[in-house]
Amino acid sequence: MEKERLQTSLRKTAWTFINMLPIIIGMLLLTSLVVTAFPEQLSAGLFGGGNALDAFIGASVGSVAAGHPLASYLLGGELLKSGVSLIAVTALIVSWVTVGIVQLPAEILMLGTRFAIYRNVICFISALAVAFLCVYTLRLMG
Amino acid sequence: MEGARKKKGVGGWLFLLLVLAAYGVTGAIDAEMVGQALSFFGKVIWKVLPVLIIVFLLLLAADLLFKSQWIKRNLGRESGIKGWLIAVVGGILATGPIYAWYALLSELREKGMRTSLAAVFLYSRAVKLPLLPLMIHYFGAAYTLVLCLYLLGFSILSGVMMVKLEDRETN
Repeated sequence: MEKERLQTSLRKTAWTFINMLPIIIGMLLLTSLVVTAFPEQLSAGLFGGGNALDAFIGASVGSVAAGHPLASYLLGGELLKSGVSLIAVTALIVSWVTVGIVQLPAEILMLGTRFAIYRNVICFISALAVAFLCVYTLRLMG
Repeated sequence: MEGARKKKGVGGWLFLLLVLAAYGVTGAIDAEMVGQALSFFGKVIWKVLPVLIIVFLLLLAADLLFKSQWIKRNLGRESGIKGWLIAVVGGILATGPIYAWYALLSELREKGMRTSLAAVFLYSRAVKLPLLPLMIHYFGAAYTLVLCLYLLGFSILSGVMMVKLEDRETN
């Protein structure tokens, strides 16, 4: 009975996994193409239009970025060194890990269009809010 | 349900075909770039492979251990604060790329997980425990602490906002 249950579960899981594979391989291929086509150095030239606009640009760059989160720290650190505001860098770091424009097709396929769009919009707006709140809190803390 | 599964399967292959078509078009314009992208893909797939194995095992465990009733009780509408806590902690502990977790969340939602808790799980992934030392190195301890606290707060807030969507789905 237990063996039969395990076999049924294995079959079901394998089927779910096989359905998931083309999405994951497609995502990895798309991510690889995006990362190769848009090198990180391009980003620095986008900033310099005041806190609000820079935060928006930071969140936008983070939303379309598709690399490892560690890359966002490296890019954020470099951007800070080149004079980009901490608000913009924070918006970039937060949206990098919460918003996924490149991953959106996969999220839509697996979790539904409405869920994916609502979630990404909420995360984009919250990346801006977190950026401002975080920097202003740090200023208050001295 | 079966129809949705089939649609999901076909959609995935269609998506892969579209991506391959994008490679074909890019290759016609810049073959070297496609070579670099494929080389990058080759490196990344090896990094993702262990996570995929973990996800497969979790999917299997979810199917064997978490019956609809358990999911409904702990991650469903009647789960209360416990459900939110499970989603936050689960998100923080979940490693690897975000899309690897979509299948598990999709499975759990089919068994009764709240939509809002799926959003909380995905948002909480922003707190990367293994990367905290690096974040402290780059941005300082105070910044890291404040940012992580806001991220946790906003993960709950994102879930609360998704409740509206959930209510629309059930109405």
